[in-house]
Amino acid sequence: MSAVGGSMSTDVVTREALERARLRRRRRRNTQAVIESLAAPVLSLLLLAAWQILVPLLGLSVFVLPTPAQIVTRIATDYRLLLTNSFVTLLETIAGFLIAALTGVSTAFAIFYSRVFERAIYPLLVAMQTVPKVALAPLLVLYLGYDFAPKCFLAFLLAYFPIVIATVVGLQALDKAMVDVVRSMGANEWQTFFKLRLPAALPSIFGGLKVGISLAVIGAVIGEYVAAERGLGYLQLQASSQFDTTLSFASLVIISLLGVITFWGIEILERRFVFRREAAK
Amino acid sequence: MTTNGGALHRLHGVSVAIKDVMKIYEMRDGNELLALDPITLTITPGEFVAVVGPSGCGKSTLLSLIAGLAPVSSGSIQVDGQKLNRPHPKVGVVFQSDLLLYWRTVIDNILLPIEIKGRRRAEYAPRASMLLDQVGLTGFEQKYPNELSGGMRQRVSICRALVQEPGLLLMDEPFGALDALTREQMITDLQAMWYQLKNTVVFITHSIEEAVFLADRVIVMSPRPGRVDLDRRIEIERPRSWKTRIEPRFVEYMTEIRTIFEARGVLSKG
Repeated sequence: MSAVGGSMSTDVVTREALERARLRRRRRRNTQAVIESLAAPVLSLLLLAAWQILVPLLGLSVFVLPTPAQIVTRIATDYRLLLTNSFVTLLETIAGFLIAALTGVSTAFAIFYSRVFERAIYPLLVAMQTVPKVALAPLLVLYLGYDFAPKCFLAFLLAYFPIVIATVVGLQALDKAMVDVVRSMGANEWQTFFKLRLPAALPSIFGGLKVGISLAVIGAVIGEYVAAERGLGYLQLQASSQFDTTLSFASLVIISLLGVITFWGIEILERRFVFRREAAK
Repeated sequence: MTTNGGALHRLHGVSVAIKDVMKIYEMRDGNELLALDPITLTITPGEFVAVVGPSGCGKSTLLSLIAGLAPVSSGSIQVDGQKLNRPHPKVGVVFQSDLLLYWRTVIDNILLPIEIKGRRRAEYAPRASMLLDQVGLTGFEQKYPNELSGGMRQRVSICRALVQEPGLLLMDEPFGALDALTREQMITDLQAMWYQLKNTVVFITHSIEEAVFLADRVIVMSPRPGRVDLDRRIEIERPRSWKTRIEPRFVEYMTEIRTIFEARGVLSKG
């Protein structure tokens, strides 16, 4: 049965067959990878093409639904207007997000270390979460004025909760045996925190930050919807009220882009600071 | 740091004195659980002591008490003549699973105790390399734990426990999670390493064979609440090889311990 001491020629034949099989496998895997990476762009292009073709076919006016081409052209011609307003919204988003990140992570640390604090603040946080924060926007205008502050505050408000929760979950998920390891080396709580707890919680914290930054953009834009003199939300609202649907869509595209870019920003930081378990493989 | 041409130099083993130690856990339902009946045990410097007992007999509890990770409920523990109230600086611990920090490389994991003790990393780097060499992991310094097999990771965690030259090494079922062949090799390697170090070792296991093969002295614990049922000196010269295990003396020791487990109902007569 077994080919003990198989002749030279069978050896060569087997090796060649194996090599061919390996090549086939590799080729199949490569094709699969190409198809997978093209799936999303192709689908998007198809949808855009359908939109572009269907609008004139259905006889829709530009006031109802502009074509993708019209929107892109509008972005190109009005890029200066869009850029200045993007900058305003971006600033509100980042300011609100940074405050949320700072206070959110600190709150989570306090919740983690103090049972009393946890008992006191957790119900409050959850209750706050049930309030539709968007509905607070008109009140915020009343208290904080028309300028930067209410938008920034709304961005903060939306981003804060997911950051707190993600950080607490990350800190609590640590295996107690790991704590024993560093304690057995004589680590104090300070060292345990910086050498173990924080790095172990980082993937979870970044998860919270990513949700937070997306929500911060929404918060800032909603703040602008209510009362503002600049910003993408303001621009979009103005455009809609003047039946400039193309500009409204153009603003919408830029708002989405802002969301994507800020999200990427966090991802870049994440890649820099977080070691993912799978990364080394 | 002195080295003997690549070999590990001997460490100064420290003594352990356990006197009337009890451990009571308070359960969630308010009841109390007696994990350890008063235990008294004296371990002399440089002694390799294996503690063997059934699951839940409190042997891991005993280890965490000696490690200073949990307070005793009554009685006292002295390590190197000092009463314990926190982890002793001369103690290294190897746990049941490797518990390496996955975001640190092998070398950074091994040098973690050095960082925590506030010593200079550069001073201990040669020793870390030498330990890696001893466990056959030269060249793995910059790898991450998830690039290693379970056995390799546990080897790294042994290096981590040994890097700060502990006078007392505590091992809590260190090979329990490994497959049989890997365990076999690890036992052999541990013996070879300890033969150079000669520090004090307390080795917790539920394997009678592991205990008899490795130890100068085997402590047999009863089912909960843990008590010392037998304290047997293993008079078999070192180094011991796999052939030692089929020697009549070896089998006698194993039989003696097995008989105790049978009497306690831990093992059925067979």
